[in-house]
Amino acid sequence: MALDDRKSGFTFVGTRPDRPDGLDKVTGRAKFGADMSAPGMLHGAILRSPHAHARIVRIDTSKAEAHKYVKAVVTRADFAEVPFKPGLEGEFWNVLENVMAGEKALYDGHAVAAIAATSALAARDAVKLIEVEYEVLPHVTDVDKAMAPDAPVIREGAADYSVPEGVHPNVVRYHESGHGDVEAGFAEADLVIEDSFVTEATHQGYIEPHACLGQLGADGKGELWCTTQGHWIAQKTCAALLGIETSQLRVTASEIGGGFGGKTTVFIEPVALALSRKANRPVKIVMSRSEVFRATGPTASASMDVKIGMKKDGTITAAEGIFRLQGGAFPGAPGDMTAMCAFAPYNLTNVRQVGYDVMANRPKQAAYRAPGAPMGAFAVESVIDELCKKLDLDPIDVRLKNAAHEGTKASYGPTYEQIGLVESLEAAKAHQHYSAPLKPGQGRGISCGFWFNHGGETSVSLALSEDGSAQVMVGTPDIGGSRASMALMAAEVLGIPYENIRVTIADTATLGYNDVSHGSRVTYASGLATIKAAKHAVEKLCERAAAKWGIPVDAVKWENGCAVPSGPNAGDFDPLPLAEITANMGSTGGPISGHFEATPEGAGVSFGIHIVDAEVDPETGKTSVSRYTVIQDAGKAIHPAYVEGQYQGGAAQGIGWALNEEYIYGDDGRLQNSIFLDYRIPVASDLPMIDTVIVEVPNPGHPYGVRGVGETGIVPPLAAIANAVSHAAGVRMRQLPMSPPRILAALKQDG
Amino acid sequence: MTGGQQVVEVDATTTGEILRELVRRYPQLQAPIDAGVSIAINGRIIASGLSEPVPEGAEVYLMQRLRGG
Repeated sequence: MALDDRKSGFTFVGTRPDRPDGLDKVTGRAKFGADMSAPGMLHGAILRSPHAHARIVRIDTSKAEAHKYVKAVVTRADFAEVPFKPGLEGEFWNVLENVMAGEKALYDGHAVAAIAATSALAARDAVKLIEVEYEVLPHVTDVDKAMAPDAPVIREGAADYSVPEGVHPNVVRYHESGHGDVEAGFAEADLVIEDSFVTEATHQGYIEPHACLGQLGADGKGELWCTTQGHWIAQKTCAALLGIETSQLRVTASEIGGGFGGKTTVFIEPVALALSRKANRPVKIVMSRSEVFRATGPTASASMDVKIGMKKDGTITAAEGIFRLQGGAFPGAPGDMTAMCAFAPYNLTNVRQVGYDVMANRPKQAAYRAPGAPMGAFAVESVIDELCKKLDLDPIDVRLKNAAHEGTKASYGPTYEQIGLVESLEAAKAHQHYSAPLKPGQGRGISCGFWFNHGGETSVSLALSEDGSAQVMVGTPDIGGSRASMALMAAEVLGIPYENIRVTIADTATLGYNDVSHGSRVTYASGLATIKAAKHAVEKLCERAAAKWGIPVDAVKWENGCAVPSGPNAGDFDPLPLAEITANMGSTGGPISGHFEATPEGAGVSFGIHIVDAEVDPETGKTSVSRYTVIQDAGKAIHPAYVEGQYQGGAAQGIGWALNEEYIYGDDGRLQNSIFLDYRIPVASDLPMIDTVIVEVPNPGHPYGVRGVGETGIVPPLAAIANAVSHAAGVRMRQLPMSPPRILAALKQDG
Repeated sequence: MTGGQQVVEVDATTTGEILRELVRRYPQLQAPIDAGVSIAINGRIIASGLSEPVPEGAEVYLMQRLRGG
């Protein structure tokens, strides 16, 4: 997408107005997933497998169906094989298999049947009347054990073309990339460190559980209200799974209480629709927290080997990483992304990275902020830190010496365009945090992080009102303050106040297709589309002014919210404000709107640096994070407060991932900690003030220079905190989370 | 899949033409391309678009398709 209209001076962009949805959110007026009801509504409940791996021999629903409050029961037989499409394949089949088990239950919590009853309580009671006969099968939940020759096979034939011969069938995708000669590079090094690292699966931990209200008639027409990061993908997937035409299902996204990647697919939505189709009444399903943990999509767990060679002056001579990621009982663990991101911050002559996508008897992993990247950064940045320590080198100087810049051949292949890593590292080095003295017992860690960012299909419509205000319809659910950003960008083009613009998240029936709010794409892609849609409207405003003045349209330009004559022969006319043009637009050519539909393909990669001070209680093993600073390139911060919020949120979630959060499975393959009491996410008292520095190196692929900021912020924390803890404790931490028992064990082992 | 070559040459002016020409010349590439690829043109990553122009002499790099959260 050619951008010949780049802008660098701004009136509205870069300011910090109140968010337009703020009052709704703080007063409870905002409607979230569970807040919608309908006349005659039923409540759904789902029966879940207690086994990690079991063949489903028989399901007897007769007792549940006979229950006086039960109006419908569904099993896998109630989903597609599709009447007008020739069967499901690929990811649709995987999602169906996850939404409702077929021949086998593949993990503890896997849905096997569901009912709809007249109350939520009756539904929860009656679901217990469904009888399932299982043949329990051997299971595996650990990534390394799942790759071992004797591991139980979860599904034969799931591997794709990329997997080399002789690898266990649980390995379903293989990635290898790099350049140069790593062996020659290691031979040039003064010091080579090779080490292994492990991270556990974590959950996005969004506060709002999955919830939906679905209605589907025998005529194939339906409505769905749900909490989601992408209602078009929900529409497309539900339609496929239920065998109806996509356009006959209208999906509205509720307000969303967090997603972080975990609400980019469907879990309960097709079930509610299937129950509704059978009961001929609307069906609402709200997950419990335990269901969210057991049966939605946590991130992958990882086992990694990293080897890096360095000269005494800090030059990295070669780097190699093997990244094994477990993503549940389905293909999709982002081993390829881990591999491609791991060494991306560095300008390397010799680099090789390998990624494995491995299946195990766990829930189907879903995206979680920069999926795959944080684990790889943990391993790589830990080894770099150890090299710096052993060679007595400054960790930021070493990263600056090896930093990728414009023209560097990235570790994953292409040559970088304009990027902001060096500027971010220089800002980190200059920050007072980096030079502040440490107290006894404290350690300081730093880490770089990289993420690709994304564009994706995007549609935006902008309509002007007679009074000169504007409404913007976007299709990307607002998961981080994007309504404010869209309004600021529209204000910048139109030249009308931010407060005069209302941004609405349109439903699937009222706007063209939109990709999910993921990949840090919303401010980039919906923002670009908003700018283009506003410019489209401005073209029409200029046409109306030209017609009124009787001059050619190319003799009119738009300045500060007004049409003004431009050029030597344009004539002398007073500026014509937007509201004066729209006041009588019905009689001068009709309503004025602007539209833009495209797949913007210039998202621009992003880098961040985190600096962390931590101290470890040697008696309890508890870690306290005493100071935290995030430095990250935003390209251009449209609403700086929300950019800072994204940086702080990434750090906060990273602190949880690094120190406490983990999926704990028993020997029986059952999840042991499926409530927030046992799965501990950080609370306010666990966190220091997280300082932020916004670096702005414009993205050449956006009119205002925007780079996505939502994901990169969770890439450096695991490593930065591990490096700080390792320095504080005096022992290298190689496994996450660094919970008190693990730290005590490491201290004990270290003597 | 390309007879051991890491770098191959094809004539194309758009990302879609590149993929079509690659499959015509190297049919084994159909599977990875069907599985999803992104194409970097002079460092700018094209996630999925098939109509993006490819300037003459541009650096073109095929990558596994990117995903985000």
